[in-house]
Amino acid sequence: MEAYFDNSATTRVFDSVRDAVVKTMTEDYGNPSAKHTKGVQAERYIREARTVIAKSLKVQEKEILFTSGGSESNNMALIGTALANRRAGNHIISSNIEHPSVYNPLGFLEEQGFQVTYLPVDKRGHISLDNLRQALRPETILVSVMYVNNEVGTVEPVEEISRLVKERNPGALFHVDAIQAYGKYDIRPRRQGIDLLSVSAHKLHGPKGVGFLYIDEKVKIKPLIYGGGQQRGLRSGTENVPGIAGMGAAVKEMFTDHGRKLDYLYELKEYASGKLSRLEGVTLNNPPGREGAPQIISASFEGVKSEVLLHALEERGIYVSSGSACSSNHPGISGTLKGVGVRNDLLDSTLRFSFGLFNTKEEIDYAAGVLEELLPALRRFRRK
Amino acid sequence: MLYQSILIKYAEIGTKGKNRFLFEDALIKQICHALRQVDGKFDVSKEHGRIYVQALGEYDYEDTIEALKKVFGIAWICPMFQVEEKEFEGLTREVLSYLEQVYPDRHMTFKVDSRRADKNYPRTSEEINRDLGEAILEAFPEMKVDVHHPDMVLRVEVRALVNIYSEMIPGPGGMPVGTNGKAMLLLSGGIDSPVAGYMVAKRGVKLEAVYFHAPPYTSERAKQKVVDLAGIVSRYSGPIDLHVVNFTDIQLYIYEKCPHEELTIIMRRYMMRIAERIGRESGCLALVTGESIGQVASQTVQSLAATNDVCTMPVFRPVIAFDKQEIVDISEKIDTYETSIQPYEDCCTIFVAKHPVTKPNVNIIRRSEENLAEKIDGMVEAAVTGREIIHCG
Repeated sequence: MEAYFDNSATTRVFDSVRDAVVKTMTEDYGNPSAKHTKGVQAERYIREARTVIAKSLKVQEKEILFTSGGSESNNMALIGTALANRRAGNHIISSNIEHPSVYNPLGFLEEQGFQVTYLPVDKRGHISLDNLRQALRPETILVSVMYVNNEVGTVEPVEEISRLVKERNPGALFHVDAIQAYGKYDIRPRRQGIDLLSVSAHKLHGPKGVGFLYIDEKVKIKPLIYGGGQQRGLRSGTENVPGIAGMGAAVKEMFTDHGRKLDYLYELKEYASGKLSRLEGVTLNNPPGREGAPQIISASFEGVKSEVLLHALEERGIYVSSGSACSSNHPGISGTLKGVGVRNDLLDSTLRFSFGLFNTKEEIDYAAGVLEELLPALRRFRRK
Repeated sequence: MLYQSILIKYAEIGTKGKNRFLFEDALIKQICHALRQVDGKFDVSKEHGRIYVQALGEYDYEDTIEALKKVFGIAWICPMFQVEEKEFEGLTREVLSYLEQVYPDRHMTFKVDSRRADKNYPRTSEEINRDLGEAILEAFPEMKVDVHHPDMVLRVEVRALVNIYSEMIPGPGGMPVGTNGKAMLLLSGGIDSPVAGYMVAKRGVKLEAVYFHAPPYTSERAKQKVVDLAGIVSRYSGPIDLHVVNFTDIQLYIYEKCPHEELTIIMRRYMMRIAERIGRESGCLALVTGESIGQVASQTVQSLAATNDVCTMPVFRPVIAFDKQEIVDISEKIDTYETSIQPYEDCCTIFVAKHPVTKPNVNIIRRSEENLAEKIDGMVEAAVTGREIIHCG
């Protein structure tokens, strides 16, 4: 049996997505900027995707910018707004559990003379509003926070953060990295006070290499990529029609019967949590049930190296991910796990199980059975 | 392309007496193998104790030279300009045109070194040297003759065609692979073992390799890295058969039965035994390792002796007295370094004792191994027969 529990890394695409990608590659393959019918046909896919996506967020179609995925969306949101709003100030606030595609652009901006404050998180993985209040300054131009943490599934209090930011500094922009959240939550940027929102298609059964950035129409932003002036000059380059069409199909399917899909994911999470916590020496680090994201379980296995367990599971067709590398000289021990208070001896014994709509309870049963067999065997062999 | 033919000069082969033809044939075979990766068709031939690579039509000159620079046994690579014109006036024009094309800046000293295989040619080689030299001085006043230490030696050989060449690109030296038997390389994902394999191959030894895989303690990526390394070494050594042996059960059994601080030594002894066994089956006459004295606990002289104790074949350790940096320098030169340092570390570290023995006593180690008597032979047998063989290069 194969059990793919690494859906926060990437997902298998919906069949409707595959069909849309194939069709735009083999039949409707025109350049959307071309003047002839072939071009108009291709453009239609882009319009449809735009409509579906805008509807899912209840925003205007022109506020959706297609990108090459989550990393580009984050880069564009941070660098594009920082450079465009330089005259208003040079201070940016973020947290210290962000994804590298947020961290590293911020590092770049620091080199360009911006100042960045990184807020710590509490045991639940939330940034504290008090800390945020203290960090906000008149020259703060941007606050960037992730919606759902990719390692443990903590959900940040986005609305409260936004309210606080706007109250203190109405000019500051609020960016949300929603790469693990979009498709799971009903996000309403206008109501929640989000100015920019990053999304990647392949986390919700869409294709890799495509995503979008929601940009509130009032936001001042500069492009990262210059060229032929596509997408109103904000992102040049012939649109990735197959990717965008595939993303449109994924969003459409994801938000059809959305409540039931979400219930199904929570059901899988509950079911797997139950199975895992019955195993000996296993602790769950994710917020339980609906307190945390529906798709993410973080489990620590006492006395077992995460990478060894990962490879042992892989031999049995079970695919998960480890938060950190196995060797002692690796500096990459997860800041998030530390941040949410995972015990030191468990940092290197933690795996993430992330679910998608293709997963079944049978797969979870299978994995639980395999774990029950593997754990005692692996625990026999540890460093003396 | 100016050059359609390349003269290959070889080093030590020339001195190999009656076996010389064997060495030459091996070299031709290796050259043909190396050129298979290059765009173009070539004829490689042996003539009067020299090897010529003749391009048949269009070819990629730079790639050809790069490929030849990796063929052991080649001392010099000389790209030649060949002309049919033998009549002296015409030949002189060709020589001048050659110099014009190859040396845009001709502020240099030179001498002419000519030969005539064609003894009916109306001028002696002395006369050719003198007359061509004069013609060159007249055409290019910026050039000067220096017969002792010239910047450039212009070689002119009158044979069926006239060969003109002056560029000599150094080859890697060594001996053609296949002229010195075959050895089994213990290949890990590290920096040292690919270098060791390269060095032994340079002396004409054909390689096979063995890698010990320990899933789930080592990952699929760690294995892929070793396959990649074997592929890079094979650019020099020719194709390598990589034997991937699953070592997990043996490792765990040793872990359970033997003193923990001796684990690495005992593991290495079993690796040597298995390498030797597979090597014998495939006709290898020696083992090759990347060990270097004192680099880690298992490479002290005492540890090396304890490991060597189980070997009956000679074990070649070409980097034994090299400093780490010296090994790194070679690995950079042969292009294995970047691959070797990829961080797909294996998780065998969980088996490594915090304080392993650094001065193991062979008798004590042998006694510890007696604890394995019950199952180890069967496990070794299973590991050897269950191995996967991957053809690299």
